[in-house]
Amino acid sequence: MSETWVIVEQRDGNIRKATFEMLSEAKKIGDEVGAVVFGKNVEGLAPEFAKYGADKVYVVEGDLFAEYNTGAYVAQLAAMIAEYKPNAVFFAHTFNGRDFASRLAQKLEAGLATDAIAVELSAGKGVFTRAIYAGKAIAKVEVATSPVLATIRAGVMEVAEAAGAGAVVKPAIAATDADVYQNIKSFVPTVSARPDLTEAETVVSGGRGCKGPDGIKLVENLADMLGAAVGGSRASIDSGWLGHELQVGQTGKVVCPNLYIAAGISGAIQHLAGMSSSKFIAAINTDPEAPIFNVSDFGVVSDLFKVIPTLCTELKK
Amino acid sequence: MKVLVCVKQTFDTEAKIELKDGKIADAGINLIINPYDEVAVEGGIQLKEKKVVDEVVVLSAGSDKAMDAIRTALAMGADRGILLKQDTGADEYARAIALAAAIKDENPDIILAGHVAADDGSSQVPTRIAEILGLPHINVITNVEVADGKATCTCEADGGTLVAEITLPAVISSQVSWNEPRYPSMKGIMQAKKKPVATVDAVAADNKVTIVEYGMPPAKQAGVKIEDEPDVCAAKLADWMLNTVKIEVK
Repeated sequence: MSETWVIVEQRDGNIRKATFEMLSEAKKIGDEVGAVVFGKNVEGLAPEFAKYGADKVYVVEGDLFAEYNTGAYVAQLAAMIAEYKPNAVFFAHTFNGRDFASRLAQKLEAGLATDAIAVELSAGKGVFTRAIYAGKAIAKVEVATSPVLATIRAGVMEVAEAAGAGAVVKPAIAATDADVYQNIKSFVPTVSARPDLTEAETVVSGGRGCKGPDGIKLVENLADMLGAAVGGSRASIDSGWLGHELQVGQTGKVVCPNLYIAAGISGAIQHLAGMSSSKFIAAINTDPEAPIFNVSDFGVVSDLFKVIPTLCTELKK
Repeated sequence: MKVLVCVKQTFDTEAKIELKDGKIADAGINLIINPYDEVAVEGGIQLKEKKVVDEVVVLSAGSDKAMDAIRTALAMGADRGILLKQDTGADEYARAIALAAAIKDENPDIILAGHVAADDGSSQVPTRIAEILGLPHINVITNVEVADGKATCTCEADGGTLVAEITLPAVISSQVSWNEPRYPSMKGIMQAKKKPVATVDAVAADNKVTIVEYGMPPAKQAGVKIEDEPDVCAAKLADWMLNTVKIEVK
C-alpha cells in the first residue's frame, strides 16, 4: 500500500501542532500514514504520532540530526524516499519545513506546492489549494512529480485522533557529516509566555490606533487573559512598538486563528491579506468607515483605550 | 568579491487582486521590486559600502517590464543589471534553473534574494538555486557578517533566533527586518540610466507544477457593528466572545 509521509516538526521533544494537523489530513486520504521524525532520542515520541493515525513511525536518530540542518536532513530523506517510495511527503509550512522541502524538491527535480490550505491527493498526483498574494487570491496547483511534495499551512487542517499502529521503522542512516554545510553557532528561543503567532487559537493585534506602547500594553493584557498571541499591523511594527516577527500581513505572517481581534487597526489591504481567513474576527476602531469592519464578525466603533480595560473586567466575571 | 542579487518584480502589496478571464488581472497595477528582494538589494549595497564586496549585480527574470525593477535597484546603488527574458508563467523549478544558469556565468561570491515573493508566496527559488549550483544556502536572515570567506548569518527561525555560519560562495535569503531599503536619490536615478544592463534569454526548462485554476477566497461578510458607549460596547463584545466564539478566559 502506498504511503503518505508527514515530516514531524519538533524541538527538544516538543511537537508542533502542525504535525498532528498533517497526520490527521494524511489519514483522511486513506493510504498508510508514515510519520518521519528526525532528532536525538526521539523514538519515545512514536506513540504520540500513532494517536493521530501514524501506521508507521520512521525514526531518524543521531547527533547529526539533533538540530535541523538542511544538508544532512535532505541527504537522509532523499535516501529514504528512494528506498521506501512514498506517494507523497508533507512538511509543515514553517521556516524549517519550507527550507527542507525546497532543497529536497530540487534535489529530486520535483515540483513542490508550498503553503497549501487544501489537499486532494491521489496516486502519483496532488492538487493543492494555495493562497497567493497573501490570500487576496487562491490558486489550485497540480504536482505530478514523484513523490508529491507539499508544505501545509498551520492551523488550517482539523486535528482528529485516530488510532494507528505506530510501528517504529529505523531506516539506514545515509547522511554523513560531510553533508552538513550550515555550521549552527547558536539558537536562542524567543522568550515569551505567549503562543506562537502562527499556531495560536486566538490572536490580539494592535495597530496605529494604539498610539504607542501604552496602547500595545492593553492589547498584551487582553492577549494574556485569553492565552492569545500578540500581533501587529505594519504601522505598529514600523513605529517600533512590536518586533517585526509579530507583523501580520502580506510582508509579515499570515494567520488563521479561531478568533482574531484587531485593535486600532484600520484594515489596509496588506493587513487584511494576513488575517481575513480567521474563523471569527472582532475589531475595535474609532472610525466607523474603517475597512477592517468589512471583514469583521463583530465590530465595535469606539475607543480601544476605554473598551479594552472594560472588556477585560467583563471577561473576568 | 562580487554579490549578485536576484530580484523579482511583483504587484504592489497594496494592490487589489481581481480575476479576468480566469487569470490574475494585471491592468493598471503598480509594479514594484518584491519587498523581500528590495531588502536583499539594500543588503548588497551595504556590503559594498562596507568594502566587503566590490560589485553589486542585479539579476531579474521576467518580461521586459522587469527592466523597471532592475533600474530601481541600480538607482539604489547596484552597479549593473541582467534581465533574463523568461515567460512569466515559469514555475519555481523553471525559474530556478534559468536564474542558476545566469548566476553560474557570473560566478559571484554571494547570491542574495528575498526568502519569499509577495506574489506567489512560494519561498522556493533561492533554495532551489543553491541546490542546482551545489552551493550552501541559508534562509531568512536578519543580519550577515562576512569575513575570511565565510558568512555568519543571524536568521529568524521557528520559535527563536538562529546564528549559523556558511562558507562562500553561498545563497543567502533575506527577511524584511534585515534593513530599511533606501529610496533612490535623484542623482541615483540619473546614474542608473547610464549603468549597463545586459538582456539575455533564459535557459528553457519545463514546469513541474501546473496551475489548474485561479480563484478568489470566499468573501468574508461583515457582521454586526455597534456604536455605543465604551462600557456598553465592551459588555456586548465580551458576550459575543464568550457565547458565540466560546473562548476560554485564563
